[in-house]
Amino acid sequence: MKALPLQLGRALLVVVFAFPIVFMVISSLKPDAQIFADLSSLKAILPVGDVSLDNYRGVFERVPAARFLVNSVLISAVTVVLGLVINSMAAFALSRMRWPGRRVVLAAIIATLIVPFETFALPLVWWVNKLPWLEMHGFQLQLTEGWLDTYHVQVLPFLANAFSIYLFYQYFTSIPVELDEAARMDGAGWFGIYRRVVMPLSGPAIATVAILTFLPAWNSYLWPLMVVQSEELRPVMVGIQYFFQLNVSWGQIMAYSSMITVPVLVLFVAFQRAFIGSIAAAGVKG
Amino acid sequence: MSAVTTTQIASGRVEVRSRSARSRETLIGAAMASPAVILLVVFFLVPVLLAFGLAFTNARLISPRPARFVGIDNFVTLFGDSLFWASLRNTVYFAVVVVPVQAGLALVLALLVNAKVRGTNFFRTVYFAPVVTSMVVISLLWRFIYQPDGLLNHLISAVTFGQWHGTDWLNNPDTAMPAIMVMSIWQAVGFHMIVWLAGLQTISRDLYEAAALDGASGWKTFANITWPGLRATRTFILITITIAAFSLFTQISVMTQGGPLDRTTTVVFMAVRTGYEQQSTGYAAAVSLVFFVLVLAVSAVQRFLTRERD
Repeated sequence: MKALPLQLGRALLVVVFAFPIVFMVISSLKPDAQIFADLSSLKAILPVGDVSLDNYRGVFERVPAARFLVNSVLISAVTVVLGLVINSMAAFALSRMRWPGRRVVLAAIIATLIVPFETFALPLVWWVNKLPWLEMHGFQLQLTEGWLDTYHVQVLPFLANAFSIYLFYQYFTSIPVELDEAARMDGAGWFGIYRRVVMPLSGPAIATVAILTFLPAWNSYLWPLMVVQSEELRPVMVGIQYFFQLNVSWGQIMAYSSMITVPVLVLFVAFQRAFIGSIAAAGVKG
Repeated sequence: MSAVTTTQIASGRVEVRSRSARSRETLIGAAMASPAVILLVVFFLVPVLLAFGLAFTNARLISPRPARFVGIDNFVTLFGDSLFWASLRNTVYFAVVVVPVQAGLALVLALLVNAKVRGTNFFRTVYFAPVVTSMVVISLLWRFIYQPDGLLNHLISAVTFGQWHGTDWLNNPDTAMPAIMVMSIWQAVGFHMIVWLAGLQTISRDLYEAAALDGASGWKTFANITWPGLRATRTFILITITIAAFSLFTQISVMTQGGPLDRTTTVVFMAVRTGYEQQSTGYAAAVSLVFFVLVLAVSAVQRFLTRERD
């Protein structure tokens, strides 16, 4: 008997949580007039009336959406791949090797976890504006000053991540040390143990870190807003700003928002177990 | 190195070799850790120290002149700035409402989803969808929902048979912040639901069976088994939500730009605006520093209040 109100409550919650996102995708198919006309009825979440892909066409005419997408895919992919390598190597050295000072390094890394990015974002902008970078000009290497308005300023500060190191560290300590010894008998060095023994056994940790790196990289907004001026270097989230300069078209905004949201949602549904598991692991161990 | 393990003979030679193996281990260990450590030093440690240093200078983001030491000038200006006090008030208001409400709702959802009913996976997916959606997209979407001729007001008119028409939620000084709170809770509650769930699943089934045998009521079971069993999870959730609440920025930037009448300006929004738009890095560093001390103090208090008492 208690099951019925429970089910009703849950159905209501589903509506509350799913509604805005369903509304966004459906509205992306309608011209502005239709979106507003459908607001007061259930038609708002049904693909009825004047339905077409015109808004999507309009998005590509209005902003360099393809460029924004390529930028974001590139930035997120490099951040995830290099981040996995760098953080897992550090965690390997901290968890499975014995060297003086590693406890201090581990403690220092964990201590950084409580400092929110927002507290040092602005000094970081000032700082990256001073950093040097080597650039190829024809066949000549030249030293340039300042990282503002580049691709690397959107990647390098986010590669090393204390939380990723911590998650890898936790996972690596659960893999038996006997495996290392066996591999050493077979002539493997430390790097060989890392690459051939520990990493192949760390699928769940790799998935967790990949997800927790990808989401903020894809969704980043504050940082590129501050450090990137050129249109051709901007990622998708900043691209949204271009839709609010003169005559706002909500249909196009919905189309652009759907384009940058739906692929992530599809990815989420496909890897649901890993996604949710990673958050749960982060919470229990955090 | 393999020589060390294969020649397990008690002799001085092994001792010498193992020492060289150990120094090799130190070298390789440091080498493997160094990319991450160097990056953390350059992109975390240096800017954090800079935040302290720059706060006492008149540094500007792009300026031909080097930054000059100005003592506590920035802080004097800051504490006399009514916008700063408004930002602080708004930030605290947001945190005080959002932290308990979001944590509580997430726990209710977790308990609902934890019950063994069909379709649990589906419900979890739906509650979680806003979490993987970007805050920028969500803020835009809700801006549309909240506008005067938007979705919410149409809904209100329909439900009240045209008796009440709602308001311009984001431009009304009294409703702007609560509107942002509702949206923020909606977006992140799924995340914390999952964390509560993970905590719930660490509680032994035996305890519940024993309670059922003793004839304990639902509420008694919750108060005596579930709640104490969630202590570690509770601390984690409290601290993550608090830090997230204090860092409120994206919603403000996309939805209200701090208005109306500065009722939604937050400390981070103010810092970004002064540091980035007005280019006064020194002053922004002072704001950041105050924010940092605030976050640290609040998490210290929370840690103290949720410490293990035995």
